[in-house]
Amino acid sequence: MGKRVGMEVSIAAAEAVALIDVDVVAAYPITPQTHIVEHLSELVANGHLDAEFVPVESEHSAMSVCVGAAAAGARTFTSTSSQGYALMVEICYIASSMRLPIVMAVVNRALSAPISIWNDHSDMMLARDTGWIQTVAENGQEVVDLLIHAYRVAEDHRVLLPVMVNLDGFIVSHVIEPIELPSKEEVQKYLPPYKPLLKLDPKSPVTMGPVGVPEIYTEVKKAQDEAIKNSKKVILEAWEEFAKHFGRVYKPVETYRCEDAEIVILLMGSIAETAMRAIDTMRERGKRVGLARLRLFRPFPVEELVSVLKPVKAVAVIDRALGFNGYTGPLCAEVKTVLFNHALTPYVWNYIAGLGGRDVTVENFVEMVEMLEERAARKEPMGYEIINVRE
Amino acid sequence: MIEVRLHGRGGQGAVTSAELMALAAISTGKYAQAFPSFGPERRGAPVMAFLRVSDTPIKTREKIYNPNLVVVLDPSLLAIMNIEAGIAEDGTVVVNTQMLPEEVKEKFNLRSKVATVDATTIAREILKVPITNTTMLGSLVRVSGAVPLESLEEPIIARFGPALGEKNFSACKRAYGETRLMQ
Repeated sequence: MGKRVGMEVSIAAAEAVALIDVDVVAAYPITPQTHIVEHLSELVANGHLDAEFVPVESEHSAMSVCVGAAAAGARTFTSTSSQGYALMVEICYIASSMRLPIVMAVVNRALSAPISIWNDHSDMMLARDTGWIQTVAENGQEVVDLLIHAYRVAEDHRVLLPVMVNLDGFIVSHVIEPIELPSKEEVQKYLPPYKPLLKLDPKSPVTMGPVGVPEIYTEVKKAQDEAIKNSKKVILEAWEEFAKHFGRVYKPVETYRCEDAEIVILLMGSIAETAMRAIDTMRERGKRVGLARLRLFRPFPVEELVSVLKPVKAVAVIDRALGFNGYTGPLCAEVKTVLFNHALTPYVWNYIAGLGGRDVTVENFVEMVEMLEERAARKEPMGYEIINVRE
Repeated sequence: MIEVRLHGRGGQGAVTSAELMALAAISTGKYAQAFPSFGPERRGAPVMAFLRVSDTPIKTREKIYNPNLVVVLDPSLLAIMNIEAGIAEDGTVVVNTQMLPEEVKEKFNLRSKVATVDATTIAREILKVPITNTTMLGSLVRVSGAVPLESLEEPIIARFGPALGEKNFSACKRAYGETRLMQ
């Protein structure tokens, strides 16, 4: 049976990876790193996890080891953040193109300069087009659950893609909170042993990741694009099965008090919890506000977003990274594409909030909704702004 | 929900205090969050740690701006910073000092209620070191009533091992009894 424990979320993530019984963990063990791989190295060293822990010399090498190990048929894991993630990105593209079911926890943090170790989604946006399936956790429980879910999806022969589980740096990763940690038996029942479709084997040699000449490159990319599109079905199935096994229900887009909402706050990650508190306050004052949180970021949950946003008059899209294109944050750009494709025309304002560890408060959410209403009322051309800037 | 801010200096264990309280609360079925003030850690520099304890799931990732309780592990901090910043109207400051609560309130011109305990002496006598983080937990429990005192025993022993853990819990219990509240 599972048990309810108080635990730092990074430690719980490592415990989940041990329950999943991975074969290889490769990680660069210094800044920007978290307790996730520190604790995994302890679990391997003290015999609680029978795995190969490879302490490499850079994140680029960490992902390279994962690629090699996964190609040889191992269940692999790594974790990184910010600058380390940036260094890893080159190989992230290779992992997804080679259809290797690697799972990585990304502890979301800002990118330099200025040097920052604090939370935002700049690193998530840096790697948004790497071809990985990406989920985003709200709290420690989701980190554990999404990691378990990630392997079931990644290793499904209908998918065979790597999966990233994103969690907010510090405000999730470093917090001690209550978590239901399942037992190993429960996890093993949900997650069968990994059976590779193809693997590097001297007895039956194959080539993986060769040159793609112009005659074949497009077809390979088309196949990869189809794979991530088709992964949605398996992602949903795996969440349905998860609910049956563990009792917790997950959907691509989580909503809160959206039933009769005229205004929706749309965001990703743990600040959803603060937003819910703000929504409760606004609801008490009679304001019909709801929350939509993307749990699934790649593939983009189009149908779910359309059904949430269809009846809505105005949307506040919260980005936690800049796009540096002079007109929109990255999440808002995608939300607007969905709206345009489905001929939906709510008023949309894009807020850039919580950069480099700047707190996003209940009061901030209330103000963002008020400003959204004012702008919509005076039909201000839609745009974006960075909130909470000290003048 | 109660919100607590702990002030100490790097190395005094303020973060561990918050963690142990959260673990105790969670073990009794409550909800809790404990977190450090995120940033580089430097021994001896003023540091803060934060704690929320609630009977219902905690829906927020904000920092703590208006704590109900402020715990001061190192009394030298009272003279160099506003430890009452943002404290709730009916908030209480819990200070490790030999002084009486009324004396602290007057000397540092505090507007809040004050509780004191001579945690340094208790820690020196029982633990043989002036590290007061587990000792101050006794006072925090006494003033807040957030968890039963006994619920701290298991997390303290899990953290420090049986022998040292028992000593730390003894110091915690003694501080619970010796905490001086304002009349």
